[in-house]
Amino acid sequence: MQTAPDLALLLARFQFAFTVGVHIIFPAFSIGLAAYLAVLEGLWLKTGRQVFLDLYRYWIKAFSIVFSMGVVSGLVMSYEFGTNWSVFSKKAGPITGVLLSYEVMTAFFLEAGFLGVMLFGMNKVGRGLHFAATCCVSVGTLISMTWILASNSWMQTPRGYTIDPATGRFLPDDWLAIIFNPSFPFRLVHMGLAAFLSVAFVVGATGAWHMLKARRAGAMAREPVRVMFSMAMWMATIVAPLQILAGDAHGLNTLKYQPVKIAAMEGDWETEGRAPELLFGIPDMKTERTDYAVKVPLLGSLILTHSLDGKVPGMKDFPRDQRPPSPIIFFSFRIMVALGMLMALVGFWSLWLRRSGALFTSPFFHRVAVCMAPAGFIALLCGWVTTEVGRQPWTVYGLLRTSESVSPIVLSSMAVTMTAFVVVYVIVFGSGLVILLRLLGRAPEEGEHNASPAHAADVLATHTHPGIAGPIPGEGA
Amino acid sequence: MMDFAHWLPIVWAVILVAAITIYVILDGFDLGIGMLFALERDQGRRDVMVNTIAPVWDGNETWMVLGGAVLYGVFPGAYATLLPALYLPIVLMLLALIFRGVSFEFRIMTRGTAREALWEVGFMAGSGIAAFSQGVILGGVIQGIAVTNGEFTGGALDWLTPFSVLCGLAVMCGYALLGATWLVWRTTGVLEASCRKWAVWLAIGLFAGIVAVSLWTPLLHAPYLRRWTDWPNILFVAPVPVLVAVLGALLAMGLRRGHSRVPFLCALGWFFLCLSGLGITVWPYAVPPSLTLWDVSSPPSSQFFQLVGTAILLPIILTYTIYSYRVFRGKVTEADGYH
Repeated sequence: MQTAPDLALLLARFQFAFTVGVHIIFPAFSIGLAAYLAVLEGLWLKTGRQVFLDLYRYWIKAFSIVFSMGVVSGLVMSYEFGTNWSVFSKKAGPITGVLLSYEVMTAFFLEAGFLGVMLFGMNKVGRGLHFAATCCVSVGTLISMTWILASNSWMQTPRGYTIDPATGRFLPDDWLAIIFNPSFPFRLVHMGLAAFLSVAFVVGATGAWHMLKARRAGAMAREPVRVMFSMAMWMATIVAPLQILAGDAHGLNTLKYQPVKIAAMEGDWETEGRAPELLFGIPDMKTERTDYAVKVPLLGSLILTHSLDGKVPGMKDFPRDQRPPSPIIFFSFRIMVALGMLMALVGFWSLWLRRSGALFTSPFFHRVAVCMAPAGFIALLCGWVTTEVGRQPWTVYGLLRTSESVSPIVLSSMAVTMTAFVVVYVIVFGSGLVILLRLLGRAPEEGEHNASPAHAADVLATHTHPGIAGPIPGEGA
Repeated sequence: MMDFAHWLPIVWAVILVAAITIYVILDGFDLGIGMLFALERDQGRRDVMVNTIAPVWDGNETWMVLGGAVLYGVFPGAYATLLPALYLPIVLMLLALIFRGVSFEFRIMTRGTAREALWEVGFMAGSGIAAFSQGVILGGVIQGIAVTNGEFTGGALDWLTPFSVLCGLAVMCGYALLGATWLVWRTTGVLEASCRKWAVWLAIGLFAGIVAVSLWTPLLHAPYLRRWTDWPNILFVAPVPVLVAVLGALLAMGLRRGHSRVPFLCALGWFFLCLSGLGITVWPYAVPPSLTLWDVSSPPSSQFFQLVGTAILLPIILTYTIYSYRVFRGKVTEADGYH
């Protein structure tokens, strides 16, 4: 029988996981899409080709929706550390709070300051300045990712601190060691590539969808559609294999610093050399066994140590109260890896079609690309579950337990707010998804939205920002 | 080192109050415009109202994120007691801000569909509830938090008192006044005329709110009262109520004589004075009535590292924020286009 404080802790964790899980999608979307928009505008300025401007105007509408959802869901996060994890914030705030403040000052303000110019300012500032604004927003998203991953990585592999014996607080000693902690570079690269890959597959699916629609109408897809599809497939071809390499490196880093996380991801109980890789199995935390295991001999050692007889850790080497729940991350890890492989496969497939000139004429491939639309985001969420559930039962790894980090909030309050969060998030972000799909369901046009007041009704129906719709002034205004 | 540990929290308290003031003023008129949707039913004019803030609201809200982050990094002891104590109004505020924030885009995107009304109401109610919760949170802090051994030990509904509700209503009224005077400055014609009318009533309401809160606050805790009545403090604090009255007179005059910018600046002045007054009252407590700034602050090494960055970054942020406002300066009319 669980006590009320136990349940309150469980709800606090679930609430945090739910709100951050919804949130993480939008910044990842913004990181990828802002970079794509910067590339499109840069190409337009360089080549003068209308198609790049059309695509810029098409995708910036989606960007404005995604970005605003990221802002509002992110605001929740900046207060939830204190509302749900007050003991953690009091002890680790001198480190993680400072990193968050740097994120606000170097990234959030930069993004917010130039977002207005980016969305509404194309006929108010010159082309060069507008491009600079787009770049500032894009760079802002990348800086933001850097700080938050530095903070998250510090919690996973803490360095550069001492613990105050009187208060149990983490005192910063060496800020460079705190920021550039051992897992930070790996996590940063892995997450950045994940964001790019996720957006590439959304853009690719949008292009593929409109090619299928054009084909059904008996027409050739327009140039913007073909260009976006081609660009997205180039990204898949190049980034997906890089991501596999980055993931492998991140895994080796985890093996070194959080071996029990690896053991739980792999469902391994005994430490052994020449270890098999489990393709399937059901890890049981009570009986300390993985049932129904489907094994590939030697592959486990090969993947984790890059040698056939390398030693791979097992969960039995670690005390029971320090093991993360293997059944969750065993599967989340496998789903992530499978989707990663699938994305790389699509990339290679597109390359092969491209060589034979069939990239725009293969409806089967286009159908696959449409189905792959959420692949990147699902993989990203599974990866996040793997790393966050895998570091349990700790908030600061090996030093501060999750159960000792929680706020003194009563169960009834937690239950009320949990319900409210779920209801509001389903309404708001569900509507956001519907709006986004409707937006992307309309094909980009040649001369996308050269609106005049006479077309006001049309403009409203398809949502055009005046700056983007308006005439483009000369250089250097 | 002793000196360092003494002065850093004071410097940070000033920065934090400045950030909160900037937030209250900037997002204040955004939220006020949302509430004024209740009085303005015409869709074209509503669009103009939103268009005056659409390019800047996100930057305005970022000051609130900064406030949270500074509290977290510099005063973690306050962050860790205030937030659990004010858990319910804070969650209410966050949820309201979610509705408000997405409605900027969603109300246009769903135009002509059955869900259009949801986001028109979402913008209005989200703004109103966010404003009310912020007032309640402010009142909750001023009236004090039950703390033992540096941890919140009160009940889940401690914050809910007549005083905090009064603060909530006063902040709603104040934000609506900021919104109305902002629109007097930034719009023309029928909308500007309506806003002048509304602003008069809102100013009267806010003035009543200021008087009520000012008379009530010193009665909450003895040190609050002494701060305002002891000699020689009274010399320094006496100008505050006088200035409030002077600005009120200027505001009324500006509205009647057709000034476009004076009413907004007077409303800003009121907010500045109110927040200063509350700062004077509560000083040196971060979590009244028990924890001072020094009790809740992070180690000097954290505060110093963050101060270096802030000293460099804050002027840069202010520069490009002002630039962004300048790009979109001038009166906004219905002919200007659609967002």
